[in-house]
Parts: sequence; structure tokens; C-alpha cells
Amino acid sequence: MEKQYTSAIVVDKRDLGGGIMELWLMAPDIAAQAVPGQFVALYCTDGSRLLPRPISICDVDGERQKLRFVFRMVGEGTKELAAKRVFESVSVLGPLGNGYPKEVGAYPLLVGGGIGIPPMLFLARELWQQGKKVSIVLGFRDANTFLVEEMAEYAAVYLATDDGSLGTKGTVLDAIKENGLQFDWIGACGPMPMLRGIKRLAQSKNTPAYLSLEERMACGIGACLGCVCKTAKADGHTHVHNTRICTEGPVFDAQEVEIG
Amino acid sequence: MKTEVTFAGVTLKNPVTTASGTFGSGMEYSEFVDLSLLGAVTTKGVANQPWEGNPTPRIAETYGGMLNAIGLQNPGVDVFLERDLPFLKQYDTKVIVNVCGKTTEEYCETVQKLADAPVDLLEINISCPNVREGGIAFGQNPAKVEEITRAIKRVAGQPVIMKLSPNVTDITETARAAEAGGADGLSLINTLTGMKIDIYRRSFALANRTGGLSGPAIKPVAVRMVYQVARAVKIPIIGMGGIQTAEDALEFLMAGATAVAVGTANFHNPRATLSVIEGIRAFLEEQNMNDIHEIIGCVNR
Repeated sequence: MEKQYTSAIVVDKRDLGGGIMELWLMAPDIAAQAVPGQFVALYCTDGSRLLPRPISICDVDGERQKLRFVFRMVGEGTKELAAKRVFESVSVLGPLGNGYPKEVGAYPLLVGGGIGIPPMLFLARELWQQGKKVSIVLGFRDANTFLVEEMAEYAAVYLATDDGSLGTKGTVLDAIKENGLQFDWIGACGPMPMLRGIKRLAQSKNTPAYLSLEERMACGIGACLGCVCKTAKADGHTHVHNTRICTEGPVFDAQEVEIG
Repeated sequence: MKTEVTFAGVTLKNPVTTASGTFGSGMEYSEFVDLSLLGAVTTKGVANQPWEGNPTPRIAETYGGMLNAIGLQNPGVDVFLERDLPFLKQYDTKVIVNVCGKTTEEYCETVQKLADAPVDLLEINISCPNVREGGIAFGQNPAKVEEITRAIKRVAGQPVIMKLSPNVTDITETARAAEAGGADGLSLINTLTGMKIDIYRRSFALANRTGGLSGPAIKPVAVRMVYQVARAVKIPIIGMGGIQTAEDALEFLMAGATAVAVGTANFHNPRATLSVIEGIRAFLEEQNMNDIHEIIGCVNR
């Protein structure tokens, strides 16, 4: 597999409301090899913003020509990307990192929180195509949801909202409990408190869990050592107790990373 | 057209190298850059043993630049010699190994281990703002700069470049001190100590609180310091600090640098080094010059 540094054309975009934007880029060299859980680095044009924005791959189209991203406009960089118009180009580097493992149980549970939700669509479809019985729990702030109907095509979807407007009032962990979900594998992406909860749940049930981690990045390819996570054992590349999220991750076996 | 330069007795096919810490040991960027096209690869700092570095967040973007506080995480010189150096030696480029340490003894131990290795130049980091011991603690005091330079020169198997900190009142003092200690060359500038506050968390953006500022935002400071140092010492200079384009690199060369290093720009464009090299060549051609030496230090003539 080879990382591509290329110029991609915006082919479609949609404002999903609540500060969430959907963007489709034509990038066949990246789309052809992308796997669920990987991300790309998107570069800003404005010279005041030098560092690429790491954005997870939400999906690829059936012909594997296009990449789909769903992201929150949190700062000037993501706002600049969201303001790109169809037919404008964006510099992109990817696919980056490792995705979720190929071997999962027969009853995988996918858990997404907030802006950790988008990569679960790609993963859900791949697992559904393998004939797995997939359950998904998604945590939103309120009724302003995204991607739920699409995921429901591949899985039984359960919701949790902070304000209780949809599904279980509370966290994704509350929703897992309330719905009495049964599973033999967990794949999760979301905020750190959620990932900590998932790690504890997996330990208590002795179930394998894979977590997608996030950290401030500079190079995106493992050279700068900006985005590291503490590890239980000395890492094979760095030879110290931390590992590169952009390269060895972003998806890690929950037991290997020390997330507190 | 001649773009070759000789730095402390080592011939570089062009004056462009990488700034330590921004390019790993070349392996990661070799997917995007043919390392054989570079004048030299300058590695991330290596110490006598593995270093864990600082807690995260280690990176924060700032206007036209970035702060980093990696804390010199590295796998140690033994892993470097076994894994990273053989990888680099597959390419037809010169190798500059950056060395860090907490004490003079640690620097010397690493330098000794590198003495017989196929390394062309050593760059000694006495200017890292992100570690409590070593680093900048040496680099801000001219007497200490001279002393550590002398100690390293005694055990070094390669020419020694001292990397200077801009976090001083008068950089020519530490530059002269390094020269007096026997340095064969100088690298400047390292990052400027900075800080960013996350106003929503009402706390520091970096776990280390302070970090080193790099990127285009610091370039005018770096050009000024290269100019001052070039007039103050006789040894050659690798100029760096915010170089993103060939035009930026040419400013440093004209200010008196014999070579230049591309750093933070690699994060913005993985092929930045190559565009700088191509751009320098195009400029010389456009200006009808046959040799890069026609511009090196030209503002001082």
C-alpha cells in the first residue's frame, strides 16, 4: 500500500446542520485502497494554517473513486475546508494509519460518539457484507443526528443523546446497558471519556475492543512524533512506552494503550 | 550549473537539507521524496539511550507557524545505528546526525558511538527549548557553549556543527563561543520559545506549557540572525527557520548561509524540500548565474 499526496476535486458537499459538513472528494488512488478506520490529511490553502487536518474516512463510493468525509467545523481550518465549492481542489495525503482489524467476531458492536460516528458507516457496511450481525450505538448531543438512516441499512442502530431527545438519555454506555446488547467484539471511535468507558466495559466482559484515538498531529506520517499515546509495553518502532497514533494507529487494541 | 557546496569539508550536491525533528530519519518521507536528490538528510536528535519525550498535546498550530514540545523523543543511538542509518545509506545523500543529551557526558557518549559510523557530519543540539536538562541550558551561556563544543570535538569522528538557540540577547556571542571551542560549522536558528493558551479550556494548548515556535512566522528573525552570525564567524552556517519556498532559501543563502534546512514546511507539503531545490536552480538560471557561490553571502560583499 502506498500513501498518495495528491490534489483532489470536491465533487459534492452538503451542510448536515449543527455545524456538521459532508464533503465528497474525487481521489481514486486513495479510495481504491482505503479501509475502515483510516484517515487522510487535508491541507488548507491559507498560508496562515500550515498543518494538515486529520479527517477520518466516512465512506467510499461503490466504484472506489470518491472519498466521503463528515466532519465538524471546529476552527478556521475545518471552516475553510467546508467552504470549498464543488470543482475546487484540495491537497490530500492518504490513506493514513491502520484501520480496524479484518478479523472480528460474529456479533460486532460498533460505538461512535459525536464526530467519531462517521467512520462507523464504512466499517458497518464492510462487516455487513461479511455477513456479520452488526449492532451500532451512536451518541449525539441532541436530536440533530447524522448518518443514522444509512447505518440502519447494515445494522441494528441504538441511540443515546445528552439531552434525552432521542434514544437513551445519557451516554453510549448507558444505551448499551439499557438495550441489553450482546456482542463478541467492539470497534469504537469518539471522545476520550467514551473510549475509557468502552475499554473498561470490554475488560469486564473479556471482549476484544479496538479504539480509534485522536491527537494533535503535524506530519501525519510518523516522522514528527507529535501524536503519541502511552503504551503498556515498549513500542516496536519508538523503543519507548509510547506509540505513533498516525502510523501504528489510529486504531489500537484497547489493551495495548494506556488511556487512563 | 553548479549548485554543489562544500560544508566543513563535506561536499553536498546542493545546499538543501532537512531541519532536525521534522523529517524523522528520512524513512517516512522517502515515500514522497527521493532522498538522493537532497544535499543531505539531517536526522531527528538521537541520545545515548531512548527518550520518552513530553506528554501530549505536543503540537499546536499558530498563525503562520506552529509550536512543538516533543521533548526529543528518540529510540536511542543504538537503534539509530542498527535500523535508521543503514536505511539512509541506501541513498546517495550526505547524512547529518543530530545529537542531543542531558549532560556533557551523554552528548560525548553518543558522539563516540557515532565516530566510526558512516555519518558525514554531526549537528549538536544545544538549543532545544523543550527539555529541562541539556538542550538550551547549554545553548544560552557562551562559556558553556565553548566548553561543550571543546568536549565534543575531542571525541568526534566527524566535523561538528553546533546548533544555536535564538533565545538569547546576542546570538553572535554563542556563535563566537562555538567557533572558539573548535566547531566546524553552525546551524541556526532552532525554535523560539513560545506559548499558546486554549481560551475555551482556559489552559495551555501544550502539555509542556511552552513550546518551540517554527514556520514562516519566524523567518525574518532567522534571516537576521544568520546575517549577524555570518559576519561574526569564519565557519560555515546552515541557515534555517521558516523556509518554505526557494525564495525563502535564497534569502538565507544571500545572508551568508552555505546550506539551508527545510523544516516545518515538510508538514505543509511533504515534497517541500524538492520544490526548494528546483526553485533555487530555476532562480539561478533565470538570473544567468552558473554557480550558487555567486549568491552565498552576497549581501555582505
